[in-house]
Amino acid sequence: MQREYMEFDVVIVGAGPAGLSAACRLKQKAVEAGQELSVCVVEKGSEVGAHILSGAVFEPRALNELFPDWQALGAPLNTPVKRDDIYLLKSDAAATKIPDFAVPKTMHNEGNYIISLGNLCRWLAQQAENLGVEIYPGFAAQQALIDEQGVVRGIVTGDLGVDHEGKPKDGLYTPGMELRAKYTLFAEGCRGHIGKQLIKQYRLDANADAQHYGIGIKELWEIDPARHEQGLVVHTAGWPLNDENPGGSFLYHLENNQVVVGLIVDLSYSNPHLSPFDEFQRYKHHPVIRQYLEGGKRISYGARAICKGGLNSLPKMVFPGGALIGCDAGTLNFAKIKGSHTAMKSGMLAAEAIVEALAVGREGGDELHNYVKAFEDSWLYDELYRSRNFGAAMHKFGAILGGAFNFVDQNLFGGKIPLTLHDNKPDHACLKPAAQSPKIDYPKPDGKLSFDKLSSVFLSNTNHEEDQPCHLQLIDPNIPLARNLPLYDEPAQRYCPAGVYEIVTQESGEKKFQINAQNCVHCKTCDIKDPAQNITWMTPEGTGGPTYPNM
Amino acid sequence: MKVLVAVKRVVDYNVKVRVKADNSGVDLANVKMAMNPFCEIAVEEAVRLKEKGIASEVVVVSVGANAAQEQLRTALALGADRAVLVESNDELGSLAIAKLLKAVVDKEQPQLVITGKQAIDSDNNQTGQMLAALTGFAQGTFASKIEIADGKANVTREIDGGLQTVALKLPAIVTTDLRLNEPRYASLPNIMKAKKKPLDVLTPEALGVSTASTVKTLKVEAPATRQAGIKVKSVAELVEKLKNEAKVI
Repeated sequence: MQREYMEFDVVIVGAGPAGLSAACRLKQKAVEAGQELSVCVVEKGSEVGAHILSGAVFEPRALNELFPDWQALGAPLNTPVKRDDIYLLKSDAAATKIPDFAVPKTMHNEGNYIISLGNLCRWLAQQAENLGVEIYPGFAAQQALIDEQGVVRGIVTGDLGVDHEGKPKDGLYTPGMELRAKYTLFAEGCRGHIGKQLIKQYRLDANADAQHYGIGIKELWEIDPARHEQGLVVHTAGWPLNDENPGGSFLYHLENNQVVVGLIVDLSYSNPHLSPFDEFQRYKHHPVIRQYLEGGKRISYGARAICKGGLNSLPKMVFPGGALIGCDAGTLNFAKIKGSHTAMKSGMLAAEAIVEALAVGREGGDELHNYVKAFEDSWLYDELYRSRNFGAAMHKFGAILGGAFNFVDQNLFGGKIPLTLHDNKPDHACLKPAAQSPKIDYPKPDGKLSFDKLSSVFLSNTNHEEDQPCHLQLIDPNIPLARNLPLYDEPAQRYCPAGVYEIVTQESGEKKFQINAQNCVHCKTCDIKDPAQNITWMTPEGTGGPTYPNM
Repeated sequence: MKVLVAVKRVVDYNVKVRVKADNSGVDLANVKMAMNPFCEIAVEEAVRLKEKGIASEVVVVSVGANAAQEQLRTALALGADRAVLVESNDELGSLAIAKLLKAVVDKEQPQLVITGKQAIDSDNNQTGQMLAALTGFAQGTFASKIEIADGKANVTREIDGGLQTVALKLPAIVTTDLRLNEPRYASLPNIMKAKKKPLDVLTPEALGVSTASTVKTLKVEAPATRQAGIKVKSVAELVEKLKNEAKVI
């Protein structure tokens, strides 16, 4: 079909920290070089920040480089980290505080800030627009535009006004258009749906370990001022998770008596009965956490998958006509549990490479080898190199021995221990059969500290146009009932933090696999964890999904 | 025929609003804002009138903070021709807004004014009616159908018992109900074009309108949370509880 098209020098998919930093850097460098450069950012959320969810303790290194005067420009970094508390939770009541000297260096946060990444992105978007970047929220990149020579030439935005059968709706149908570009940067975040296709098509992961993921579930609370300590960072390991089903938690004290609290569950977990959502809900009852939340009020809820494979899992980041940046490639530093500064830096490096390429007369469509080179020469690479063993050590040796390894590696060798651990088993292959796994009896939510799924999703302000094709596609519609249910008790019912997947028993007694796509918070966990790799997350109609404030 | 459409910037309908801890109002910090859905229907109707050749120009007007330019740009992307912002950072009630709109009506001299029946933030359902009183124009509220012919607007209104059709002499004011139409999507090229359409910024002072309010908000509170229900074993127990606990029978 012939679509309308527009041409830009650079098109960026996704207005997160990577995409927006790339956009700002492109314009800054173009001005320095005296070039005219058109930059367009598309974002599937209804506004910039609507789909952004992160802890977040933020390391300002990349921001210092991008906007050295960020303070004067009013960047929303309002809460410097004052103290790091780390606990090992031994049971639902017991805990040991880990003394400072025994903590891996990467877990220290002096000089960092507790922020809302969503608000930082809103601010970055303003800076980008001031620099002349065009940002279009509410427009989802549906697919990459790839020509016959296999060169990425831009993207196609999704059609609007299509009904659930895929037919155009009368008077509303608005076909998507081609946004053509000399170079296209993909900054969709962890498990971006186009990024996934590009990695496959260009075999970008041929020399990388399997990517590893976690699902982070987060809530924003307003707490009793007497229990609030602005700048306090709390991390926990251990209960309610374990070595077979690893993960860790965070609780950060922001400004205005607000705290964020969250649990990251490794998607390599093996027990199919595990429910990350319910683990998070019961975790909040632990005395270490409860002491802050009691008497408070939950304001917001959300979830997002993170890439934690690090350098070993990092695919080749370039292909003809573009590059992957940020967590679309997987630049998160798991040893620090931080991905924002690394995402920003990768975007900036790609931007600099593009301006350099255009300055010497390259016309686009080629591979940005200079981006790869600049990445390898950067502090970003050094940082990821030093952290390369962190996740693999935890996964291979467990929290205690792995933690000890990481202490030695990070504090004695500065991350340069002369061996590299590989962890090549993909997360979706880690589930054990349900029959061989202990069932987990989760306590009922009390409505004060813990809540059910639906009232939680309600707080994520999630909505999708009802009458549209289902954006969660099954390659084989029979697998959930025929294979996943008998083998794994269909884990989608539990790993989805938004209650999208349900096994419903109909009146006839027949079972049905139901997809409540309207609830989807775009975390991508199903696309990652389905043991049959049968679920493909596609972009729904633009503006659909959560509307996170301050997340 | 010139059509004037009033639009309001409100909290997006997907957002669950939250009252600030100090009860001074609703927390709007970093909350997604959007055009009031009823106003969007008003814009759509005006654009359809233009597409039918009935309207010659569609002017959108908003009253509020500078950020309301975003919603005006959205209206321009949906097909309006030009926009006017009456900029004010004060919290304005329905009457102040109606007075400001009256001043804009005097200036623009439209034959038809379309507004939403109410805004989803304060739910007042007053501005359109007040504007009709101030201008002396005929009014057709809660419209589910508008037909313009021979200098008249035939407006079908949604009323309690069903539908009522009124014939209004132009110039007239119509407020929109949900079933009037389903607004189109703003396409990417139209959003780009909308950036270049004219948008004038006025002030209440320049229009010579005093917006001083006689109403002061003392306190804003969230509705009481609902108690969890219980299951009763028998009708007798239900009756007993309704009588003695709930005291409703």
